[in-house]
Amino acid sequence: MLTLTCPCCGIRAEETELAPGGEAHLKRFGPGASDEDFESYLFARKNPKGVHFERWRHAYGCGKWFLAARCTATLEVFGTYKAQNPHPTPEIVAAIRAKRPDWTPDWTETSPAESLTE
Amino acid sequence: MAEALAHIREITDLGMIQIRADLTEAGAAITKAAAIPLPGPTSTTTNGSRRLCWMSPDELLLVLPQAELAAALAELTTALAGQHVLVLDVSDMRAAFAIEGGRADQVLAKLSPTDLAAMPADGMRRSRAAQVACGFWRQEGGFVLIGFRSVADYLRGLLDNAARAGTGLDPR
Repeated sequence: MLTLTCPCCGIRAEETELAPGGEAHLKRFGPGASDEDFESYLFARKNPKGVHFERWRHAYGCGKWFLAARCTATLEVFGTYKAQNPHPTPEIVAAIRAKRPDWTPDWTETSPAESLTE
Repeated sequence: MAEALAHIREITDLGMIQIRADLTEAGAAITKAAAIPLPGPTSTTTNGSRRLCWMSPDELLLVLPQAELAAALAELTTALAGQHVLVLDVSDMRAAFAIEGGRADQVLAKLSPTDLAAMPADGMRRSRAAQVACGFWRQEGGFVLIGFRSVADYLRGLLDNAARAGTGLDPR
């Protein structure tokens, strides 16, 4: 059973109280983007065995979307964070690195000012 | 003959006002207009017959007797005029049940994936009861559970069945 802590209300919600939203941090390319970019936004998913970032909605609770980092192989949850973050937060990265030393982030960190938190 | 786990009673005179707003901005005005302190996340506050429930980061539910509803609604609407908020009478949207009795927590424990032991006395929990969404809080002698009116019959059946005599969760 998957238990995630909703970062919006702090409730430890069990899987049946949540609605899954697929892969997190998908980037939608704007007008004039190539067909390949749009196709990858629609269809290309990472489907990794290991560390994965997902969208979840606390459907039977506060109703907010949030993001979760977990391992698809062991179902271990590394943490949850607010959906306004363009990338997993440093705390999440640290939690993953503590458990999976060989894992490295596959995004390039931009300035923290880009974060849209709140 | 064993005793029922709890007494289930439908509450029909409950008035409910939904308030959707940025609580950091409109919080003070809501507190003043509704004459009740603002609850923290997943909790409730009370003032006499009124109760203010925290529903989500931008939603509150003011529960009060039907008789006070019109006045409170007008007061809130006036106090929050000009702000980006919603103040709505949703009394008819939901059905409410009182679950009263010594083993009321066992009735809820059968229906909802909630850690009731960890729920504080002033807690407000939105969850599900079997297949439908619900919310509940503690009240003297048990719980009050609210759910959508469209599934009120289903909720009533669930609660009655979960409270049936001889179905306690304590080890024999």
